[in-house]
Formats: sequence, C-alpha cells, structure tokens
Amino acid sequence: MNRRTLIRAGLVWAGLGVLVAVPLAIAATSPLIAWRQPVYIVAGFAGVVAMALLLLQPLLAGGALPGLPSPRGRRLHGWVGGALVAAVVVHVAGLWLTSPPDVIDALLFASPTPFSDWGVIAMWALFAAALLAGLRFRLRIRPRIWRLAHTGLVALAVAGSVVHALLIEGTMGTASKALLCAAVVLALIKTVADLRTWALLLRRRS
Amino acid sequence: MFRFKPTRRALLLAGAAGAGALISARSQFMVPAQAKGLEPTPSMRGGANNYRPGAPLVERIGGGGFLMTGTVLRAGDGAPLAGRRIQIWAHTTEGHERDPHSHGATLTDENGEFRMDMPQIVPAFGQPHGHLAYDAEHDGGGFKTVFLRPVMRSADERTLAAHFVLEPA
Repeated sequence: MNRRTLIRAGLVWAGLGVLVAVPLAIAATSPLIAWRQPVYIVAGFAGVVAMALLLLQPLLAGGALPGLPSPRGRRLHGWVGGALVAAVVVHVAGLWLTSPPDVIDALLFASPTPFSDWGVIAMWALFAAALLAGLRFRLRIRPRIWRLAHTGLVALAVAGSVVHALLIEGTMGTASKALLCAAVVLALIKTVADLRTWALLLRRRS
Repeated sequence: MFRFKPTRRALLLAGAAGAGALISARSQFMVPAQAKGLEPTPSMRGGANNYRPGAPLVERIGGGGFLMTGTVLRAGDGAPLAGRRIQIWAHTTEGHERDPHSHGATLTDENGEFRMDMPQIVPAFGQPHGHLAYDAEHDGGGFKTVFLRPVMRSADERTLAAHFVLEPA
C-alpha cells in the first residue's frame, strides 16, 4: 500500500467515524435522557445506531470502504444487515414497552405523527430487504431481479428512515442528524451508481 | 376486441370534467359556517393514549411550573360550561404519560375556563405534547366524550392551551 492510499483510507475511516460518533455522542448526552426510563433510552439509542448502520451498509455492499473490498465487504454487509434488523427490533420493542398505545397506533398507520408512518414503512421495507437477502439462494430468483428488488426495498427503507428521523424531535442534535441523514442518502446513491444498478433496468431480457 | 387508447386531449377533457363535477358536488354540501353555530371539537388521533379513567381532582400535578389552560364551550351557541371535569396528562420532567402521578383532573369555572399547574412538558415520542380528556362517564354527562392531543410549537414553551367545544349527547 502506498502513502496516498493510506492517507485516503485514513481520511475515509475518520470521516465515517465522525459522522457516526458525533450524533451518537450527542444522543448519549441529551438532556431528554434525564426524564426517560432505561427502556425508552435504549429504544431511542437503538434508532440512532440503526441510522449509523444504514450508512455503512451500501458502502460495504459496494466494496467502497478501504480494506474491505468486494468479497470481504459483501460478507460483512450480511452481518451488519442482521445487526441493523436487530437494532430496529430493539427500537420498536423498546418504544412498545414505553408506551404501547402509541406504537400500536404507529403500526396501524393511525398515529397523529406523520414520522411514525415513515418509520413503519421503512421498517417493513428493511425487513423485506433482509428477508430477500436471507432467502437469496433458496428462492432461486434471477440475480438481475434480485438485485433490483433488494435495491428498491433498500431505497424505500433509506427514504423512510431519513424522513422519519428528520421530523422527530429526539435526542440527536439537529445538525448532526441532518448530516448523518445526508450521508446515508449519498452512500446509497454512490453505491447504486458504482454498481450501475440502473443498467439492469435498461438491459433487454434475453 | 375493444382497446382503450385515449388521446392526450381526451384524457385532459375527462380530467377537467371530473374535477368540475367534484367541485360542483362539494359546493352543494357547503353551508355557511354561521348557520350551525359553533362546531363541536372532534377527538384528535392518539388523544386517548395512556388515559387513566377517573384520575383524581388535584390542586396541581407534581411540583408545577408549567401551565395548561383552556376553555369548555357548548357546541351551537358557544355557551361556557361550568363545573366540567377535564383530565390532563403528559410526559413531563417528573414522569411518563403512563405514570399515575402524571395525571390529574380539574373543573372548569363559571366562564368555562380551566387551568392546571403541572411539571414542564418535555418531548416524548418525537413531539412535546399534552393530553386532555373530557370523559362523559366521569362527568355529570349530557355531552359526548372528547380526547385532545395538542402539540407545543417549541419545547421551550412554558404554557399550552387546548379548547373543547362539546356536543350535547
């Protein structure tokens, strides 16, 4: 590895670290925490962790992270995907324990807060994307269709999560939250562009 | 076989005709606001969440410092309703919505006004908001139950107002 690649790798990882660490630190020191029970604190924090993992996922899938090119990055993508699903489950379950009627309203799309609907849409899209990944070889879907479906579901999950997070008045700082959300969207766009996913749409069926 | 292949002009015409029909249909049902007088307040989505039927009448909730105010009027003529029982609860600096000590009830005065000194409301489930209930079953009756869920414009505010217009049962 020459010096330039080393510097580039350092910068990429440092940038990612800041993007993830700052909102996590702000959430961990939020004044709102003083007035919340442990279950509610964990639930909120799981949401922040999920957003951070959502930033890593496309970069791992595309092999864009220094030191984690395609085969290794792709394998890690699967594990991080599992962790992401777990984080969302903890998020929703913790909120359910904190206030059951509010979560039931959200899951039934009967909530007074629009961000709940976006969160629930993102959750189902994420679960579907993960299920599709888990059953990839058992389902025997053509790779082209599989890639398009997985990417489409992920795009819906990302869009839903970002709107969900931006509309919420929670423990993350406004600026750091907006920055993390922008990074998540850009990471997805970069990966779709690098992998030329749209080309699958244009290609004729043979 | 019949094939539906509209031209752009046909689509535009059909769309315009549909929109026109909708507008004229709606105007048939529009009546002047004054004709029926004061409309009753509908219950808000999520307003009844974590409600505790029969929460006690209290001087103030917890240590106080935040003011919830509002009015209770009769639908139609807008007459103030005195002695109506309003329950108030919220996620505050002193407890969660589900905690019994976060709940308290008060009665309206002769002007139909109520005020409750309560702890500062803090953002919970994404919004700084309060809950208020007029429950027919825990009041003299005569009016239909209404649940409200007002949202504060900013978490820094120290007051919140909510107004009931009750429909005779």
